[in-house]
Amino acid sequence: MKYLTEFRNGEIARRMAREIHAVATRPWKIMEVCGGQTHSIIKNGIDQMLPAGIEMIHGPGCPVCVTPLELIDKALAIAGQPGVIFCSFGDMLRVPGTEGDLFQVKGAGGDVRVVYSPLDAVELAEKNPEKQVVFFGVGFETTAPANAMSVHLAKRRGLKNFSLLVSHVLVPPAIEAIMGSPGNHVQGFLLAGHVCSVMGYWEYPPLAEKHKVPLVVTGFEPLDLLDGIRRAVIQLEAGRHEVENAYERIVNREGNRAAQKLLSEVFEVTDRAWRGIGVIPKSGWKLSAEYRAFDAEERFQIAGIHTQESALCRAGDVLRGAIKPAECAAFGKECTPRHPLGATMVSSEGACAAYYNYGRFISAEELAKTVVSCQ
Amino acid sequence: MGESLGSSDTKTSETTPDFSNWSCPLPLVGYPTIVMGHGGGGKLGNELVEHLFLPAFRNPALENLGDAAVLDLPAGKLAMSTDSFVVQPLFFPGGSIGELAVNGTVNDLAVSGAEPKYLSASFILEEGFPLAQLAAIVEAMAKAAATAGVQIVTGDTKVVERGHGDGCYINTAGIGTLRAGITVGPHRAEAGDAILVSGTIGDHGMAIMSVREGLEFESQIRSDCAALNGLIADVLAAAGGAVHAMRDPTRGGLASTLNEIALASGVGIEIDEPRLPVRTEVQSACELLGLDPVYVANEGKVVFFVAPEMAEAVLAVLTAHPLGRDAARIGQVTAQHPRMLVARTAMGSNRVIPIQIGEQLPRIC
Repeated sequence: MKYLTEFRNGEIARRMAREIHAVATRPWKIMEVCGGQTHSIIKNGIDQMLPAGIEMIHGPGCPVCVTPLELIDKALAIAGQPGVIFCSFGDMLRVPGTEGDLFQVKGAGGDVRVVYSPLDAVELAEKNPEKQVVFFGVGFETTAPANAMSVHLAKRRGLKNFSLLVSHVLVPPAIEAIMGSPGNHVQGFLLAGHVCSVMGYWEYPPLAEKHKVPLVVTGFEPLDLLDGIRRAVIQLEAGRHEVENAYERIVNREGNRAAQKLLSEVFEVTDRAWRGIGVIPKSGWKLSAEYRAFDAEERFQIAGIHTQESALCRAGDVLRGAIKPAECAAFGKECTPRHPLGATMVSSEGACAAYYNYGRFISAEELAKTVVSCQ
Repeated sequence: MGESLGSSDTKTSETTPDFSNWSCPLPLVGYPTIVMGHGGGGKLGNELVEHLFLPAFRNPALENLGDAAVLDLPAGKLAMSTDSFVVQPLFFPGGSIGELAVNGTVNDLAVSGAEPKYLSASFILEEGFPLAQLAAIVEAMAKAAATAGVQIVTGDTKVVERGHGDGCYINTAGIGTLRAGITVGPHRAEAGDAILVSGTIGDHGMAIMSVREGLEFESQIRSDCAALNGLIADVLAAAGGAVHAMRDPTRGGLASTLNEIALASGVGIEIDEPRLPVRTEVQSACELLGLDPVYVANEGKVVFFVAPEMAEAVLAVLTAHPLGRDAARIGQVTAQHPRMLVARTAMGSNRVIPIQIGEQLPRIC
């Protein structure tokens, strides 16, 4: 972890910000795709360092946020069944379904467990042959290889009691949808660095060409983000629209071929509903025919779910980049991390939670008055 | 004070076991694990008292085995505190529930400006709990009490049926004598106060999490569990009335403690994020899990709010103490943005650090 401090050097960051100020002659709207990037931008105040005209639009890349409410409701229904061990990453537990969340299912006696890898869930299935173990496999291309590996192993080991409740989503179709939407005002993208570590960036040149939009593969540390923004602004100012890699220490063009091979074997492309956005064609993965037997939706046949979104929540507009979190009337009032109306307020990577947690409900002027000086 | 460790008519055995060479003698009566009878006040309960608790905690007040401990205390104000300990796992790198149970109450008294003197210890044990583990916990408590200079003078044991507990729960309560002329309190922080923390943050929480979740990192993270009364005594001896507030940032971490004091005193707090002492391995583990060390629990750290002119003197006292080697001055109290904690980031930008809602949740990717 020698990268822990080097890429957070305040002095270099300020120098990079000055470079951006020097090259930017016009306003530009740049979307960071990934929720992890949104989190880092807000936490480190990267947006405050940019020229006034450079606006960061927060993208739909938070897996927790875009998972459809209906699937959350299905998760709650499955997790509440006797004989089921329901495994999930931690931040899915507080995502509100139509009625309650996984924490409440756990409190009511459901066996809900936080795991750090889907492979832990496979192990649980082996150790508990009398139970049905379900893993909640959500996320972008980043989490997909481990999820694919879990069903691959389960199949190889002949496990009949492991299944995946899967809702994988893909970045390129989301960019396509954003660029194709009539009200779009995004002019450049910071591509999600960790998605590209798996997938490479060979998929993106046609997108850049078609929409005349610069796409910069970008990391998550302050200096990574500033470098990504700098490169995007330079391209925009020069009228270029190329795919550029600002995260070379992690990402290459090819990506992880072994992972890609496994993904193509375990998953197949499908239309996916994105929470708050709607169905985007060919924007996700489901289990392929060969692995369909491990699909929790097939195994549990949940029926009679009445899914209802909050009428106040504008998470969809936030995820599309149409509004900033604080522009939603419910933000910080009816909707807080304690009582989230939508997933963007729940996940640590959700844009609404990032704004709330880092005090963006206070006016920028008020915050700017606070100066820390300790000798 | 409720029942004593066993029943009041229990007498110590004629031959006093030597704790230094002690190994758990209880299997002699045929039970390697806790059974319901150990909480019943009969022979089995007495065995626990005579062979385990008494030899480990031995002191005059306890040896009377009365219904209540009778204590000698000087005239003046007393401080009293209680805490229950339900940590899992019971044993972790750097300590166990035993050290936590003693140090937790000792620290609560110490940060109130008191000198901790006496503790009670109550055990709620689950049927089937291995006696060897109980013995290890009791031994840890005895050592922690000796290190902190306190005596465990009364206690109680109850046993619950299997499945109704989590092995071992411990409650401790403690009393201490308040120092004359020291009036610290969370409501006494003033604009201008310097804020110091006695060492690295997040060690305990990440030690527990790495064991609980089976996470393996390159180097093992150890809990910082320690009694802080000695360190605090040194600071108070040097700075006395210049110390306005102290608190040990346990659950909810440094962020919660600073927010609590900002609220109680009606002041704003500014911290300089790059100055927060965080071990590299703790920072790495936090990054991996998507956690922020400012919210992670500590069990051997204390935050001081000190009049600015005494800040450097207090820092010198802290860094001279073995428990304060990594102490740092991290920020100050301001009259601006009352009741709000604001951090200056390494980038030079400011962000609010709010009170955490519930537990931090490890993120997906």
